[in-house]
Amino acid sequence: MKRRGRVIVFGCSTGGVRAMQTAFGLLPVDYPWPIVGVCHLHAQGRWLMPEVLARGCQLKVQGAVEKERLQGGHLYLAPPGYHLLLERDRSCSLTVDEKVNGSRPAIDPLFESAADSLGDQSIAVILSGANRDGAEGAYRIAAQGGLCVIQDPNTAEAEEMPRAALAVVPAAQRVVVRLEEIGPFLQTMGVVTNG
Amino acid sequence: MKPSEIEEVEIDLFVEALRLRHGYDFRHYGRASLRRRLLALQRLFGVAHLVDLLPRLLREESVLSKVLSALSVPVTEMFRDPEVFSVLRQEVVPVLRSFPRINIWQVGCATGEEAYSLAIVMAEEGCLQQCQIYATDINDAALATAEAGIFHARRLALYSDNYRLAGGKAKLTDYCRAHLDVMEMDVALRRAMVFAHHNLVADGVFCEAHLVICRNVLIYFDRHLQDRSLALVRQSLVRGGYLCLGLQESLDAYAGKEEFYPVDRLLRIFRLRADGGGR
Repeated sequence: MKRRGRVIVFGCSTGGVRAMQTAFGLLPVDYPWPIVGVCHLHAQGRWLMPEVLARGCQLKVQGAVEKERLQGGHLYLAPPGYHLLLERDRSCSLTVDEKVNGSRPAIDPLFESAADSLGDQSIAVILSGANRDGAEGAYRIAAQGGLCVIQDPNTAEAEEMPRAALAVVPAAQRVVVRLEEIGPFLQTMGVVTNG
Repeated sequence: MKPSEIEEVEIDLFVEALRLRHGYDFRHYGRASLRRRLLALQRLFGVAHLVDLLPRLLREESVLSKVLSALSVPVTEMFRDPEVFSVLRQEVVPVLRSFPRINIWQVGCATGEEAYSLAIVMAEEGCLQQCQIYATDINDAALATAEAGIFHARRLALYSDNYRLAGGKAKLTDYCRAHLDVMEMDVALRRAMVFAHHNLVADGVFCEAHLVICRNVLIYFDRHLQDRSLALVRQSLVRGGYLCLGLQESLDAYAGKEEFYPVDRLLRIFRLRADGGGR
């Protein structure tokens, strides 16, 4: 039986744009796994993040659409004002439930839903950010046997988010990777695991 | 079986008990968000497992309202997505005004902030007297708040900003009295509004409507229930009636989508074609 492959979920806030560009920018368009994430940074007005990210990225970058099935080679971002959750059939759900960690979208609900729906098939990537969102969810993913890739705080513009994850995720379930190495790491993992 | 798989069984059992005992059917709700809310419910009751709640769900009448409140978390604000209200005001209300009587049905009104926002728009456009706003929800506790029209004043600044961005013509405080930490909505608005219990999952058409506002309700449903709900909404609309969905909702997967055309595609405002049957 064909394996369904992993799903990469990520989160970031302050310093997140550069971190996303560096971490995912070089992944090829035929990268096997979908990448789904939350970036807190959104002020008012039109949401430009997908366009901004798409410029330096080979992956197809888009806002997550409710009920849409995830596909490899795509990078999905939670739209402003909505939490993004993943279902067992690997489709997206959006909710307007109350803010989590002062934010909507928040990283924890995404990670927690990935842990519950996809178990050890989820890979969490925690990037630069100036708050603790995502740590709880990363812990849940680790508890389900999923891997957590944590940006080396020394290479993060804001280190609180990776540090918070580092503090709660057991050492056996995590790798700490310098920002510029995250892309190559994910690429190698995709090739080795999927090949 | 993994613990997470056992939890899935527990969710099925809970949902089934809720349906068989109380007649509320959550089988077609989106699973991931349902799971989240049931987990919150579990914490609220301080039980280790969801099944520990089953005896109380079955035997204690008072538990139901707490369960429904937890499963339909009321999260709303006045003039949320102000640009939607701005377009309703500019494009939709001028057409509605030509009807001698205007019925608006707001589905899933929660604590009523959007319904009051609509009433303010209608008042400013001079047609509140001919207007009836029916606002419905399954959460009776939320409906009671809506009915009272008393909201926490800590959000007044946000609401005022929204109101202004939505093209408000006066000051939001002209429509409410702020005292201490609450804001009390004007009774003149309240007279045009009816708050009622209605379950989109099980109940029929609520009223004949010229405008249906159903925002951020469908995202909680699976495709099956989305279809059923949209068919119901469609049935309630008069010819040429309007439908307003949430910014992340669409008619794309709905079988009857051809009967509608977009008034504003981005803001998810649609109109039922005048030759589309209607009521």
